[in-house]
Parts: sequence; structure tokens; C-alpha cells
Amino acid sequence: MRYLPHTPEEVEAMLSTVGAGAIEDLFAHIPNACRRTKPLALAEPLSEWELDRHMDGLSGTTAIQPEYMIFMGAGSYDHHIPEAIKQLLRRGEIFTAYTPYQPEVSQGTLQIIYEYQTLVTRLLGLGVANASMYDGASALAEALLMAVRVTRKKRVAVSRAIHPLYRRVVQTYLAPTGFEIVELPFGPDGRTDLKSLQGADELAAVALQSPNFFGCIEDLKAMDQAVHTDAKALMVVAFTEPLAYGLFKSPGALGADIACGEGQSLGLPRSFGGPGLGLFACRNQHVRSMPGRLVGQTVDGDGQRGFVLTLSTREQHIRREKATSNICTNQGLCATAAAMYMATLGGTGFRELARLNYDKAGYLKNELQKGGVQLPFAAPTFNEFVIRLDEGSKRTYRQLMAKKIIAGLPLDKFYSELEDHYLICVTETSPKADMDILVKEVTA
Amino acid sequence: MTSSTGTTGLIFNEPLLWEMGAKGRMGFSMPPRDVPKAPVDNQLAGDGPDFADLCEPDIVRHYTRLSQWNIGVDSSMYPLGSCTMKYNPKTNERQAALPGIATAHPFLPSDHCQGVLGLIYKLEQMLAEVTGLDAVTLQPAAGSQGELTGMLIFYAYHVSQGKRRTKVLIPDTAHGTNPASAALCGFRSVPVPSNDQGVLDAKIVSQLMDDETAGIMVTNPNTLGLFEDNIKAVAEAVHAKGGLVYCDGANFNAVMGVVDVARCGVDILHLNLHKTFSTPHGGGGPGAGPVCVTRDLAPFLPVPRAVKENTRYEWSENFPQSVGKLHAFYGNFGILVRAYSYILSLGNHLQQVSQYAVLNANYIKEGLKDIFHLPYDRPCMHECIFTDKLQQPYKITTLDIAKRLMDYGFHPPTIYFPLVVSGAIMIEPTESESKDTIDGFIAAMRQIAKEAAATPELLRLAPHFAKLKRLDETRAARKPCLCG
Repeated sequence: MRYLPHTPEEVEAMLSTVGAGAIEDLFAHIPNACRRTKPLALAEPLSEWELDRHMDGLSGTTAIQPEYMIFMGAGSYDHHIPEAIKQLLRRGEIFTAYTPYQPEVSQGTLQIIYEYQTLVTRLLGLGVANASMYDGASALAEALLMAVRVTRKKRVAVSRAIHPLYRRVVQTYLAPTGFEIVELPFGPDGRTDLKSLQGADELAAVALQSPNFFGCIEDLKAMDQAVHTDAKALMVVAFTEPLAYGLFKSPGALGADIACGEGQSLGLPRSFGGPGLGLFACRNQHVRSMPGRLVGQTVDGDGQRGFVLTLSTREQHIRREKATSNICTNQGLCATAAAMYMATLGGTGFRELARLNYDKAGYLKNELQKGGVQLPFAAPTFNEFVIRLDEGSKRTYRQLMAKKIIAGLPLDKFYSELEDHYLICVTETSPKADMDILVKEVTA
Repeated sequence: MTSSTGTTGLIFNEPLLWEMGAKGRMGFSMPPRDVPKAPVDNQLAGDGPDFADLCEPDIVRHYTRLSQWNIGVDSSMYPLGSCTMKYNPKTNERQAALPGIATAHPFLPSDHCQGVLGLIYKLEQMLAEVTGLDAVTLQPAAGSQGELTGMLIFYAYHVSQGKRRTKVLIPDTAHGTNPASAALCGFRSVPVPSNDQGVLDAKIVSQLMDDETAGIMVTNPNTLGLFEDNIKAVAEAVHAKGGLVYCDGANFNAVMGVVDVARCGVDILHLNLHKTFSTPHGGGGPGAGPVCVTRDLAPFLPVPRAVKENTRYEWSENFPQSVGKLHAFYGNFGILVRAYSYILSLGNHLQQVSQYAVLNANYIKEGLKDIFHLPYDRPCMHECIFTDKLQQPYKITTLDIAKRLMDYGFHPPTIYFPLVVSGAIMIEPTESESKDTIDGFIAAMRQIAKEAAATPELLRLAPHFAKLKRLDETRAARKPCLCG
């Protein structure tokens, strides 16, 4: 096997050094009662060529662009990923290293993560960002647990316009703790309705998403008073599409205490939903309650600038059961990809790309509306929006699928009241010609 | 030793991103604008993030130079104990990047993603076969999320039995993630001391176990690199009081093809695909932490679950006792693809991986035990643990030894863990290191032991050849500077 270096002679020599007659002797102390009764029932090893063929076949069954037109985002976005990023990520020194416990031989990883933290704080408009969480959903769950620690209150309010699967992860994380989740409804404009917050003062956090699951930009500024002054809660702002902050104000600029969400759209392929990247940032005063790893700047013995993992007294390997989270391995390489992506776009490119996404979605929205398709939610959107088709739209949706057009995500699976509603997404990778075909088909 | 692989070379300095570039540069090839501008609500519009503008050559040189400041498995032996830093096969990267895999949307209807859905189903079956357990979820994104899943199952199982249990037994040798994961589910952890042989004693476990205790979290092989040979009796003691047995399988690389986890009495086990199944560690993830369970606990696994109906694969949410969801979608799928590719490449030869991993660790143990203190002198599994006790007379610590090892071109082992061994040096070579490399490592360690006695200052000031000298961690923590 090409990954295993030992020749029979070497095995022989090593066994004789350790004083064992056969390799099985090294396992002799394992009690019989703990052993397998049969050998591994796995197939013969595949050669590299056979493996390629097998995987090509498996990959070939997936519906992908450009054969299919896929107007579906909903937390997983198709953006162009520069080839330079793909190649740089494969540098073995980066991708075969681990958590930088030994800073003198890990300065590459450490500077990359320090730069990542900095880019994330600038993107989200907050003072401090960690080295990453698993994904947007667990980042939100951890943010709510953090808000409970900070405020010492035990209820959290969560908008129904937050990604439905994120809310399910939040439920899972909070179920055994006894912390209560209150749901906030959305109004007719597709934005969260905070009226039910009136009089609620037991809340640790109010969690919103902007752009929300329907693509609508929440009016966070108008919510500031209801959350901070009236409810005396922390404002937690989640997101699935951080590219929106190239055009719209950042969560931090609008009063968020914690911003957390998915970073997949920053240079990561969709990859059937993972690995993605949990972005997590908060105000400086809460840094010691924050979950996750942090890289900080320092100097070496000669006074040279360098970087180390720091504030680890919050973490499980030091604090064990009193840690701010159990997270250990995070999404390091995904954070690296996101940093490379943000660096590649730069401020100028980030704004331009955000604007292009917005304009493309604006064009499609406009054309659909002109063709008589209903746009049920009036709030401004970024690169996703909801359409409402006529009754019996499921048939139309299936017919389009047969023509290799996936006309958005049907929303009735997640919101029973939204039958015939579809969440449509376009990005810079949706040509006008494709959008025109969709308009023609849907309005036919 | 004749020559060391560690040496000096030309290493470039490189500024921070925002210390470079020029406004108006662009590293991204913008797709053409084929639509008009749409009006923007000025109340909501912002200025966009303040990032430096760079071009593609700036980016490539920046990250290439930074990469050269790292040691990875591709550059050298990386014997970081408990982390299984084995070779990461290149073919796995090719498979994970295939268009039907890398660009698959997670909400594709199942008819349009049979290949990737089937991969999930088949990988679950393979992991069940390798561990001996019955059902598997691939959703947890890393080992500690696997632990959390296990603790959620503890909680849900006891609730289904009409009971709330409040405590979990955790050996003193456990990773910090174990008590932290238990705490996330509201369990209080009760430490269990290991005996003078470095393993659990069933009698002690039996005494600590009561009907308030949800179960035990055992790492097997444990963090001392030893097989918990009383595991079956420990499990019986826990089961006798109605508890469950969770096994942290971080060290599973030692026992593939040998141990049947179900026969050990384990109810729940997590695996780290980034350790045992060769997926890259990525500078700290992404990993994957599948959880394997007995048939009785399968109803509690996270949803959705991949199911097979005749020849079709489908997602199913129809598991009313499920603990819920841990990940927005199905976990770190791209990592699962790499592990699948690894298992297919090794097939029924996986046992050889564990055999060589254990052989290599025992060979290192024999090669160093006359000059480094070995706290548990018994057959080890895939890693061996020494301490700095014999170097203390020269005022040399584990940290000094670790830093000096860098000068010889090796990544240091895990140090000061497990906490129960003072000054621990935990060495895990993995199966992918050759005898030549391991001989070089042993020679370097022996040379360092000599230097500790003869020229201790050489160790105290190490590393000498790394990009930087030792870093001031106290200053970093006292005056945190976390962004630029």
C-alpha cells in the first residue's frame, strides 16, 4: 500500500527491537472479550485509477450547473472561486498542519488566522472575531449560550425569519439546558415583527437574521431600542450571506452585540452543505465570554512581531467543564479560504461584487413582477427573494425540473402558511440569459 | 546521528495584508455586468468593509511565503500525540473537488443527488463495520461535536426512561473536551482516578456509579496510549446502574480490525475522521466526528438520516426520538468524501494501518526509554508517553525539549498532556512514518538528552533555526491584540 512505508525486513527489524515475535504480539494484552470475532468485511483496496472511475460515476449523478440552472441559495450559495485560492489552499504546509500549538513552527497558520480575525471584524463591524465555529447554525447556538452567560438570563427570543435549520440546531443545543426559546413572528413585509417583545424583560438575547431567510434586509436600526432599551437584551445578528455587507451596513454598525453566521459564500464550494464556516464576532467587552480559539499578536525573544493562540483560559483544554464552549478543532482551512477570498476581492472588489449580486437579483425580481409573478414581501432584499406562484405551482416546479431548471426552494416544507412560495437566489454566476429563461417559463 | 533534516534556509519576511496593496488593485476576475443597476435604499446602504486592495500575484506570494513558516505533515514528521498526524493522501483532494461533489447544493431533491446521498449511506455502513456498532451519524463537524451528540443521546435516552440524571463519570486522563461537552448538556462531571497501571478500575467505577449518573465517558485507547483492558467490567458496572457508556474514539487508529467496540460494552463512540481516516487537519479543521451507536440507541441519532429504499437513497426525518440537528445541513460532507476515498483505497487492509501505528510507537518507546523517564512501562498502543524527570536535574523542562526538537526538523510531540502526568511528552508517530524517519527522530531525541546534560543553555534558548525565537505568550494574554 503506497501510504505505508514498511518493508517486511523493516517490520522484522523493528519487531526484534521491541522484543516481539510477530506484530500480533503487540496486541496480545487486549482481552479476547473485546476483540472482533471476524476480519473486517471491507472490499479489496481500489487502485487510484479504479477509485477515480468510481468517484467520477458517483459525482456524475448530481444535478449541477451549467447543465442545470439552479436558482437556489437558502444558506448555500454559488459564487465564483478564484483558481489561485484553490491552489494556495492545497499548499501542504498549510493544509497538513494542525492547530498551531507550537507557534515557532506555525507562524504561517497563526498570521493567516490573525488576518482572518481582522477581516471578519471589519466585515461585521465589531471589535473582536474568533478563529471560527463549525457553521452558521452552531455559531448562532453558541452565540445564544454566550448571551445567557453574559446576561445571566435564561430566555432567548429567536425570529422565525432566521434560517429554519439554524433554529433547529439552536433547539438541539438548548434542549437539555432548560433555557427557553421564544419565537418572534415575521410581518407582511417579510421582516421580523418585534411587537411581541413589549414588556419582555427576561430575555438574554434577541436573535435576528439580516438578510433574513427570505432575503429581506431587517431594519436593525429601528429594532435597537426594542432590543436594548426595552428588553435589555443582547442583539444577536445571524446571517447566511455575508457578501450583503459589501452593500448594506454591517451588523455591528447597526447595534449588534454578537454577529454570527455562515461564511460559505466567502470562497468555499457548496459541497453538499459542508464544510462551511461559522463566522463569530462580538463587542470587545464580551471577549472573555466568547467561545472558540483566538490568535493574538505578541513578540518573540528578539522582539520580532509574531502570533500565538491566546486567552485560552476560556477554553476546554484549560478550563474543562467551566469552559465557554467545548469546541476544539474548528474550521481552520475554511477560515483560511475565506481570508484568501476577502483579500482577493479587497474592499473595492467586495463592494463591486455585492452590488453585482444585488443588481442581478433586482433585475430578475423586476422581470418576474412585470410578468405577473407576485412578490409577497415588500422589504428590500439582497440576492435572494420570495415569489408566490399560482395555486398548483408544484406541478410547474416539477415541469421546470424536468427541463433542468430548479426554480428556487419551495418554502412550504419549512413554513406551512407559505404554500406556493419559492425562495429564489441569483449571484454573479447567474447570466442574464438564464434569468430570462426562468422568467419566460414561470410567466408562461 | 549523521545529519539532521533541520537547517536554515532563506525564509522571507512578509507584512500583514493591510500593510500591503494599493487602492484600486483587484485580485478577482469580476463576471461581466449584463444587467442595469437597481436602486438601493440609502438608509440601509453602507460603505462596505475596509479591506486592502491586492492583485493576484500579491495574494499568491503572500500566502506562499506564510505557508513556508509552517511545518506540516507534508514537510516533516509531526508526532503530535492524540492528533494522529498521518499522511493525507492527495487523491482524496481530487475526489472532494469533483464537480458533482464540490458544487452539490444541499437542498437538491434526492433524485438529483443519489451519488452523494449514497456515499453518506455507504460510509455510515463502513464505519459501523470498522467499529462493530450498528448505526452511525456523520453529522457532527468535529470530535467535540460528536461528544456533544453523545451527551445529547445520554440526556434523551434517560428522559425516554422517565428519568433525569445529572452526573457523568469522566476519567482524570480525559481530553478537556469531554467535561466541556458534558457540561453543555447540563451534566456535572465526576472525575474517576486511573489506577497505578494507568487504566480504569471497575471497582472504583462501580462505587462512583449511582442512579443519578447518566453514564461514563471513556477514551479507549486512553490518553496515556494504553488500552483500557478493564473496559468490559467497567461497562458492566455502569450498565448495572442503568447508565450508558460513551467512548471517545480519538485514538481509534490503534485498534482497527482488532477491537470490536460493541463487544467492549460501549453504547456510543465517536470517531475523528481527521485523525484515523486521513483527512487533512487544515491548520485546525475542518474535521468530522461521526457518532456510532448500538441498535437500541439508533432512534436518538440526529436527523435527517440517509435511508435506502430498494435501490434508492432518501433523506428521512421520521425519527421522533431523535436529538435533533447539530449542523445546518449534513455535516462536513467534503471531509466525509475524503474518508470514504481513504477507506476504499485501503479496503480490508485497514488493520495494517493500526498494526504499523502501534509498531512505530512501541519502537520509539524502546528507543528512548533508557534516557527519558517512562511513567508506564507496559506495552503501548499507537502513542507513548515520556516525561522530563531525568532532565530536571539540569533544569531542563519538557518545553525546552520540544523547542529543541524543532531545530532537528521535527514538529514537537504533544506536551503537558495528559494532565495527570507531570511534564508529559506524548509521541504519536502514526503508521505513515518510515523506519528511517523514526530512526532520525530517535537519534534527535537522544542527542537532545545529551545536550540537556552537556549544554543545557542550547535547549533553553531553542529553537535556533525557526522563523522566530520563543514567543511571549504572557504578553499576548495580558494585553490582547486580536485584530489589526
